[in-house]
Amino acid sequence: MTENARRGFLAAGATFAGAIAVAPGLHLIAPALARGAGEPASNANRWGLLIDTNKCSASCDACVKACATENGITEQVADPRQRSQWIRKIDIKEKNGRQHSLPMMCQHCSDPPCVDVCPTGASMKRADGIVLVDRHVCIGCRYCMMACPYKARSFVHEPLTEQNPQVPRGIGCVEACTLCVHRVDKGQLPACVEACTEGAMLFGNLADPNSEISRRIAHEATTQVRADLKLNTGVRYQGI
Amino acid sequence: MNTATVLSARAATSKFWLIAAVGALISAIGFGSALYMEHHGHAVTGMTNQIVWGLPHVFAIFLIVAASGVLNVASIGSVFGKTAYKKRAPLSGLLTLAMLSGGLFVLMLDLGRADRVMIAATKYNFTSVFAWNVFLYSGMFGIVAVYLWVLMEKRLYPFAKPVGVAAFVWRLVLTTGTGSIFGFLISRNAYQSALLAPMFIIMSFAWGLAVFLITQAVMFRWNGKTLDPAILKRMKNLFGTFIAAVLYFLIVYHLTNLYFAKQVAFEKFILIDSGFAAIFWIGQVLIGALLPMAILYHPRLGQRMCAVTAAAVLVIVGAFCELYVFIIGGEAFPLDIFPGAEITSSFFDGQVATYSPSLPEFLLGLGGLGVAFMITLIGVRLISKFLPEDDAVQPDAATD
Ligand code: SF4
Repeated sequence: MTENARRGFLAAGATFAGAIAVAPGLHLIAPALARGAGEPASNANRWGLLIDTNKCSASCDACVKACATENGITEQVADPRQRSQWIRKIDIKEKNGRQHSLPMMCQHCSDPPCVDVCPTGASMKRADGIVLVDRHVCIGCRYCMMACPYKARSFVHEPLTEQNPQVPRGIGCVEACTLCVHRVDKGQLPACVEACTEGAMLFGNLADPNSEISRRIAHEATTQVRADLKLNTGVRYQGI
Repeated sequence: MNTATVLSARAATSKFWLIAAVGALISAIGFGSALYMEHHGHAVTGMTNQIVWGLPHVFAIFLIVAASGVLNVASIGSVFGKTAYKKRAPLSGLLTLAMLSGGLFVLMLDLGRADRVMIAATKYNFTSVFAWNVFLYSGMFGIVAVYLWVLMEKRLYPFAKPVGVAAFVWRLVLTTGTGSIFGFLISRNAYQSALLAPMFIIMSFAWGLAVFLITQAVMFRWNGKTLDPAILKRMKNLFGTFIAAVLYFLIVYHLTNLYFAKQVAFEKFILIDSGFAAIFWIGQVLIGALLPMAILYHPRLGQRMCAVTAAAVLVIVGAFCELYVFIIGGEAFPLDIFPGAEITSSFFDGQVATYSPSLPEFLLGLGGLGVAFMITLIGVRLISKFLPEDDAVQPDAATD
């Protein structure tokens, strides 16, 4: 076991032996940023992603697969239009012929339309910028899905079995990318970021001007998807 | 009372029970469908992650918009002091309550977690138009109930005007709220229009009056009464004006959309290129507006109660087509995630979404109509005051 993994194992606690499997990803975020149980999320962090589409190939869907495994999105749904997709690959062909491929997921907006429209407050933004759905409060009205400009949310159309205990999902509720909040809170990287061997996805703290993600956003050309909507997304793209 | 009268009264009673049983059955089937959807999930509906609001929303929004519109009849009486309409105020109030209940029945039972309806009633997010609407709907129930009480209790009659004004204002806000449910969806081409709120108000006038005219015709017929032709004429002229106004708004809405370059593709889709175009032109424009106007302004047909009722039925058919095009058509048009670029994905990005409603969701919608029907039926049966009593009715006046 590497030093990194051993530390990770201890941090995750002996009760969670399964963590060994994901241990290589542990502590890729500074350990100080991991959140203790019962401790509220802090606005000293604003978690975000920077996705470099130049490094992302159309044929690769490692991030999508990793997300499905991590979050237990493994159910077989007969009608593909009713399948949940927390992250998907979009192939883009611009008018000038340029082509890109990129992963699209909840953009974790700073002003999320889904949170504005949700009647019950089930859609919410944590202090650290992660946009989530409280599965106990969601009534399944789907207004948030109507409001999301990125089609990032899915509604669970069928009863589910065999879920990942850390990632509650349920019939009749809306769900979306959680930025792997359960991992981030332990100081780990989101599953998609970890799975991307091309290094196309960078996870980090947008609130810290010295973090790698902030420095790159400050010095390189990056874009927000549908920047015209002024939602101040937590997910940024390069190369499009 | 002679034997013949007793017999016909009995026949009428058994007919009433028969009709009531049919209404109850339709409502029960609607409820059963909701249970079925609840048990199996929305997988048994035609709704998907691409078309998230479907037929139940068409029914629910029709009922809610028409519910607020039908109260207009009472407002014209109480607020604007027109006697013929005053007589119709109680029926108009009853229809408001009935349709609002029907609409909410569908909306609530379509929720993914209908069992959490208490959460919807107790947890509010005040930035949500949906949450405001929950308030507006419950307030509407309260105000209209008080209004009905004031109208029916002679002692309280002096309050009819202020309560009527309050109800009128509330209903305008309510329809604006319903329209704004869509108006706040900044990312969808179909709903990016400031015209939505006023358009919903004018649609509610037309649809509400259509429902009123049909109910009134049936009640007069049932009670063997004839409607004063002068009143019929007045109501049908008002109805014609409302239909024309809806058509006008519709034209302005599409023209302004065409003016904005980014909306042109959407307009082309709705008006020419998709299955929605036929529903728009035939259902919404021809059946829902032009035909009824032709009937109402026809010198002979326009005088006949049955023709006016037929026009009202056509307007309601048109209303369903309009909401179908507006809600489903608006969702079917692909989201512009990367404006100007062509996009594809396994999640149907860049593609027109398809939708075929399933039986359970249709039956749920129908159940909402059943609930509205039942409440109206029971109301008019229990309280005779709902039947408009006009002073002077000339014999053999406006019948069919
Ligand atoms: S579906 Fe759930 S999360 Fe979305 S708006 Fe409705 S209650 Fe809120």
